[in-house]
Amino acid sequence: MKFKETALTFPSFGWLFLFFVIPTLMVFAFAFKPYDDFGGIEPGWTLNTLYEVLNPDFAVILWRTLWLSGITTAVCLAIGLPMAYVIARAHPRYKQSLLLLVVIPFWSSFLVRIFAWKALLHPEGFLKQALVALHIVQAETTLLYNAWAVLVVMIYTYLPFAILPIYSAAAKFNFQLLEAAYDLGASRWEAFVKVFMPGIQKGVFTALLMVFIPAIGAYVIPDVVGGTNGEMIGNKIAQFTFTERNLPLASSLSLFLAAIVLIPMSTIMILSGSGTSRLEATGVSKE
Amino acid sequence: MKRSRFPQIVTLLGLLFLYIPILMLVLTSFNESKYGGVWGGFSLIWYKKLFQNEDVWKALRNSLFIGVSATLASTVIGTLAALALTKYKGFLQKLHYGMIYVPLIMPDILMGISLLLFFVALSFPLGLTTIFIAHTTFCISYVTMVMLARLQQFDWALIEAAEDLGADTWQMFWKVMMPLLTPGLLAGALLAFTLSIDDFVITFFVSGPGSTTLPLFVYSSLKFGSPSIINALSVLVLLITFTVLWLSQRLTTEKP
Repeated sequence: MKFKETALTFPSFGWLFLFFVIPTLMVFAFAFKPYDDFGGIEPGWTLNTLYEVLNPDFAVILWRTLWLSGITTAVCLAIGLPMAYVIARAHPRYKQSLLLLVVIPFWSSFLVRIFAWKALLHPEGFLKQALVALHIVQAETTLLYNAWAVLVVMIYTYLPFAILPIYSAAAKFNFQLLEAAYDLGASRWEAFVKVFMPGIQKGVFTALLMVFIPAIGAYVIPDVVGGTNGEMIGNKIAQFTFTERNLPLASSLSLFLAAIVLIPMSTIMILSGSGTSRLEATGVSKE
Repeated sequence: MKRSRFPQIVTLLGLLFLYIPILMLVLTSFNESKYGGVWGGFSLIWYKKLFQNEDVWKALRNSLFIGVSATLASTVIGTLAALALTKYKGFLQKLHYGMIYVPLIMPDILMGISLLLFFVALSFPLGLTTIFIAHTTFCISYVTMVMLARLQQFDWALIEAAEDLGADTWQMFWKVMMPLLTPGLLAGALLAFTLSIDDFVITFFVSGPGSTTLPLFVYSSLKFGSPSIINALSVLVLLITFTVLWLSQRLTTEKP
């Protein structure tokens, strides 16, 4: 029997140990390596590479990455909650179509959608022209290449990641509880906060992770619509890897990124004793 | 109490928001003019140019090759992992589950840079092989999770029944387990294939000369080349993903 467990476990265990655990530990180790003027790796160990990451230039980018992903997460939840609620309460005949409408853009290539936004926000783009014609923005306002463009496109890209897990929790919610709360004199807001929210909290938590994790590690979106004023950690990691060829600095930034994700995650998981899965939102693992 | 209209309004605006860039894409792919803001009349010129562009087809070939091979590898490895996690409950499996779970919560860029460092440190040449390894690595976790969900509903008494009726391990596997697990296997494989064919960030880090996949080609054309061809390609990709989505919905939703 023991042999069978080993035989079943070994392929995935061995593969992930070799191609996930070791590479991840290597990045963490490289964060403590000194580098020379050309970005080459020097022998020995140092904390200077990590301190380098905390200099004011990087601090601006770290801070921007945090607030952009924080606001993205908050807005996606704020839009995702009512949308998930409507879909969950929709007539069964429309429910599947509504879900499909949410999922279709999500399953098309994300690169293409991001570049479509670039074309829309471009000074000669349709959206820019429409907004100018409606006197919402001035002709000389630039919509592209700033942190706000990154924010809009991130909210756009990750919104379905928020809707789907909240929906799957809301679909199991007993909506008669809301009627009961109203009968007992609760206002809409009280019923929402005290009855609905606790009932779907696991879905909301999954949604939070599903938006926050890719948002904090975003690379393509700030690269395409952000310009220098919209750079995030991901851009710096890529820049140090490919342009400056400074792997210790790229690793130090990666260590920060991993810490931002993994420390709160593991704390929550240890405290709650269970993990929710990013998979729940892909729509494949339906009960 | 009368229901509030607020959620409905948000839903309508939300859906509109989701479809703005998609509409833009479809429109520009049929726009004769190269410039996004000018309507130069209906035209299929970009579709024609797309089919004349050889790099697209080379990239598609690479993408399909990696998609199929990474799907096969990760489906086999992930299914075995899910079986181990379902059948055994010791410390080893706790560790095993952790190793499968953590890649799901790691930002893509971290997996990209760590694999790049790993291959560079080993002086392993970057190319189709490294992309295959990277894709298999992230697909394993997803396939395992799909199979775990399926195996939770699996009736193990059927295995015992097969044993009682004299089936050997081989027969039990092929004649009892496989037919029951096939829908789950297909769902897992389809998910792996979709993830592989659409991955840009991780591929970007571990690709080398001559191993341009479709998303890499799309990215470089959009950034440095001709966006209009890509708009046409996107509309085609949208149609294909729609078909795949429709198929996967049919496979995963049980018909009564």
